[in-house]
Amino acid sequence: MADPEQFSGQTPSWCPGCGNLNILKAFKAAMSELGLSPHQLTLVSGIGQASKLPHYTAGNTFNGLHGRPLPVATAIRLANHNMIAVAVAGDGDCYGEGGNHFLHAMRRNVNVKLFVHDNQIYGLTKGQASPTSQAGMVTKVQPFGVLLEPLNPVALAVAMDASFAARAYAGDTSFLTEMMTAAMEHRGFALIDILQPCVTFNKLNTYRWYHDRVYRIGAGHDPGDREAAFRLALEQEKIPTGVIYKHERPLLEDQIPVLAGREPLVRQPFSIKAVEKEIDEFY
Amino acid sequence: MIGGQAGQGIQTISSALAKTLVRAGLYVFTHQDYMSRIRGGHNFNQIRFSGNPVSSSRSKVDILVALDRNTVEIHRGGLAANGLIVYDSGAIGQKYDGAEFLDVPSRRIATDVAGGRLMENTVAAGAVTGLLGMDVAHLANLLSEMFQPKGQEVVDKNVAAARAGHKFASESCPGCAFNAPVDESAPRRMLIEGASAVGLGALLSGCRFYAAYPMTPSTPVLNYMAAKSRKYNLVVEQAEDEIAAINMAIGASFAGVRAMTGTAGGGFALMVEGLSLAGMTETPVVILVGQRPAPATGLPTRTEQGDLQFVLNAAHGEFPRLIMAPGSPEQAFYLTNKAFDLAEKYQVPALILSDTYLTDAEWTVTGLDTSRLKYEDYRLRAGDLERLTGYKRHAFTETGVSPLAEPGASRHLVVTDSDEHDEEGHIIEDAATRTRMVEKRLLKKLPQLREEMEPPLVYGSREPETVLAGWGSTYGVIREAVDALSQKHNLAMMHWSEVWPFPAAEKSGYLPVLKAARRTVCIENNATSQFARLLRGQTGYQFTDTVNKFDGRPFLLDELTDRIEGLIG
Repeated sequence: MADPEQFSGQTPSWCPGCGNLNILKAFKAAMSELGLSPHQLTLVSGIGQASKLPHYTAGNTFNGLHGRPLPVATAIRLANHNMIAVAVAGDGDCYGEGGNHFLHAMRRNVNVKLFVHDNQIYGLTKGQASPTSQAGMVTKVQPFGVLLEPLNPVALAVAMDASFAARAYAGDTSFLTEMMTAAMEHRGFALIDILQPCVTFNKLNTYRWYHDRVYRIGAGHDPGDREAAFRLALEQEKIPTGVIYKHERPLLEDQIPVLAGREPLVRQPFSIKAVEKEIDEFY
Repeated sequence: MIGGQAGQGIQTISSALAKTLVRAGLYVFTHQDYMSRIRGGHNFNQIRFSGNPVSSSRSKVDILVALDRNTVEIHRGGLAANGLIVYDSGAIGQKYDGAEFLDVPSRRIATDVAGGRLMENTVAAGAVTGLLGMDVAHLANLLSEMFQPKGQEVVDKNVAAARAGHKFASESCPGCAFNAPVDESAPRRMLIEGASAVGLGALLSGCRFYAAYPMTPSTPVLNYMAAKSRKYNLVVEQAEDEIAAINMAIGASFAGVRAMTGTAGGGFALMVEGLSLAGMTETPVVILVGQRPAPATGLPTRTEQGDLQFVLNAAHGEFPRLIMAPGSPEQAFYLTNKAFDLAEKYQVPALILSDTYLTDAEWTVTGLDTSRLKYEDYRLRAGDLERLTGYKRHAFTETGVSPLAEPGASRHLVVTDSDEHDEEGHIIEDAATRTRMVEKRLLKKLPQLREEMEPPLVYGSREPETVLAGWGSTYGVIREAVDALSQKHNLAMMHWSEVWPFPAAEKSGYLPVLKAARRTVCIENNATSQFARLLRGQTGYQFTDTVNKFDGRPFLLDELTDRIEGLIG
């Protein structure tokens, strides 16, 4: 285990009691447990409270645009498949603004880890509904309550045949750390939808609310069983957490002939001489 | 001109003929006119050739190969004096009377000599070489080369079809006066269109990653890059949308490889926030924007220069960008290289502003000189980084250009942010750092970038009374217009192919030339003279006249010279 201190960064500006603080703690613990050094990682984030996480830890960092971490992380892996790419996003970021990228990242199965801080509300813009907000939740913008059905990210991931789909709870840091470690060790695109109380804006999904509902999936669940995974993902009364679906699929990186079994693109040499004969085609 | 419906093989005949003419030592220029459909409709390709360089199309047609009745109806009025319409009454189901018609039974000949109608277009191509008084060997050699991968039988059938077509036309029209000035001693020349020139330029500039969403007229570049990807270790990814495409290109560049994306004006509209991201994170990226008539979907397969002001002003915030507007495939090749070089040298987004006409039109080029290309890896790699005791991605420097390191190549962390950031790349909000960052990112780089921009190319008279000005794809037609009008008038062309940062007027003294001229005409393939506005904003100079065309078609040579003569009398 590496020194967790090497993953410390700037002081977080999140609210006291914010679920993000636990996620950060779990992240640092998981990276240390895996014996990684910050320079081996690239953290890619969008915009939102979650997306500030890279600044509060250590790693190469691309803190890009709202909704866009996945295309950036995908390309980082294609340009350098020795790099570990972790995308950090919020529920608005990943499931709203970046919804299309989320779908296609699961199809691509590039070896990117996606940690979504899912607080079922917009924090940075102060309390509007997010794609995962419960129907009926009243906000300043949704005075009649949310009229849309919430998106179920894990069920969507199972439906998309994502390589790895887990649900975690920020209030259970040790289990979250385990899941982050499992996602990192999995070879393939990995989603962890992390349920996270927003102590300032979400008065519905509080620590108490989660405490009464969240449970850890038992050893009886086979994450390779897609139908069982789908049933678990759709469970309503109680909220199962753990690795819900997991299976091996060929990585995009392994299917591109110029990458498979080769040095990363970034290492491959270039010279004009080696390419100039392409001009001859036009004579 | 070869005209017919989509799917009839116009492109095949056209390519074979154009390349045959180039091989025979002629200068060839081709342009396409096609509809946004896969089958049917009316499309045509125009091939112009000469013993002297040609770089535009004319409206009058000498030989029209009509693959359907519609083509005859649409284009017979545009036939030159002594022009000829070649058609196959058996294939198109109509017989025409008149001296201008030559009925070549291509379908029957193809069936006779090659066992089926598959080769009927080859017969027609052979017939054209016959009418041009060319030795059939030129076409036969080319066909052998083209079809060699498909086996000897296919080669033999095509050659037989070409010979039969050539023989038929030579015998049927002994009086045809189209003598192609074949020059066996001419040097070997290339025939290349804008799309391939951009692709080739990118390949030779060390482009390693190309992400795009298909959209006319940028798709041929995506196809070209994909075709070369395996051979030259290039990753080509078809993105789910243009937003993903530009973010992918930026991500790959951040990771340490040269990256590019390509789209049309409409797709670029989606990329705009990504352009701003490249500006803020100082990530080099090359973006091809192929203009086509808009707004919205517009005329998808046609041409316009309507996005200059958009590309100049696109994206929120203030940051430097480069815009190249090549006027020919040759310029497209070298300017793509310049875009890659400067994008990385200054860590800015570089745009290549093309259009459908430049993308598709084929030019004859004597050669491309790779010694004129620049390749320098400006990034800090493992060796450079190990020697550093500290590293800050956005460090303040004299030039405003900070060290660009490859993430993961050393223990130094590479951090950047779309939020305003400090030297290390971490998010900040304080006023002092913000001010210094804008100075570094924008104000320090801008004058250096401006210094890199080439002034307009002046061609023709040194002290012109009339200046014909333009930018981008109108280069070829304006240049030929100057040639055509120079006997009667004292005039010159002034053409900009590097448009932003706007080349300093002091650098080449182009302003005095404009001011001394009696008439200066800005010729643009748009409705509002966008370049004229740019020049006025940058220099205060206003062109005396503007000539615009915005029907989705390029300027034709005689059309342009007529309009110029209408102005200058």
